[in-house]
Amino acid sequence: MKNLVEFIGRSLASHPDEVVVDVNDKGRETVYTLYVAPDDMGRLIGKGGRIAKAIRTVVKASAIKSGVQVHVEIDERQA
Amino acid sequence: MEYVEVEARTVDEAINDALQKLQATRDEVEITILEEGTKGFLGILGSKLARVRVEKVKPLHELKLERAIEYTSELLNHMGVFAEVTGEADEEAVNLQVHGDDLGILIGRRGQTLDSLQYIIGLAVNREGGEWMRINLDVGDYRARREETLRSLAQRAARKVEESGRRLALDAMNAAERRIVHQELQSFGGVTTQSEGQEPYRRVVILPK
Repeated sequence: MKNLVEFIGRSLASHPDEVVVDVNDKGRETVYTLYVAPDDMGRLIGKGGRIAKAIRTVVKASAIKSGVQVHVEIDERQA
Repeated sequence: MEYVEVEARTVDEAINDALQKLQATRDEVEITILEEGTKGFLGILGSKLARVRVEKVKPLHELKLERAIEYTSELLNHMGVFAEVTGEADEEAVNLQVHGDDLGILIGRRGQTLDSLQYIIGLAVNREGGEWMRINLDVGDYRARREETLRSLAQRAARKVEESGRRLALDAMNAAERRIVHQELQSFGGVTTQSEGQEPYRRVVILPK
């Protein structure tokens, strides 16, 4: 699942090398935080959050089979 | 790929000659100027011919199609879905098809996952430069069947409006689905259609004429 989040993040970012995915297990739910370069935030979130929503939909669909709850966050990478 | 090197008095002439030899248009080739060419004194002394290398490259939509198939296959792999991706493209759009068994998870509730995948693939493929192109994704014949369903739904609803003389609001749909309904009812004499409300709850309303 981490690979999927990372793959999508890199394919949309203009600085793919700066994309990092952090995995946080919170009991029944796993949170994936997609850290990207500050000027890539717009490219990953999109107008009205449209891109972020699409990423979440795809990742959630992929998690159905494995039966885990997933959540995707997008955040700026700190220098 | 196929290429030629051509000499002529000017760069423009050389390119035109090369295009004729390759039977290609300017946007199908990559041009490298090897020698600018100089007129020389009085057009005779010290003049030098221009030389260009012209290589036929694939049209943009073919490049995008290749990129799109490769990207989609990789994306599905990462999702743990094993399926074959095929496609076709023309100047208008790239159309991708996913074939395989048990692909329901790629469609999702009312095609939401399919729309999200299509959106992400479009962004990723178009990010890599070249003019923006529309990318359509279908799994099995989901979209074709859905379109059929929407058309008959629209017809039924329009007849109802005609008979009752009262407006009727359909369920919320995305822009692509609303367009299908509007199109279907354009030729339906007794009603007009319009979209109302804010996304994602925007819906088609059918009104008596």
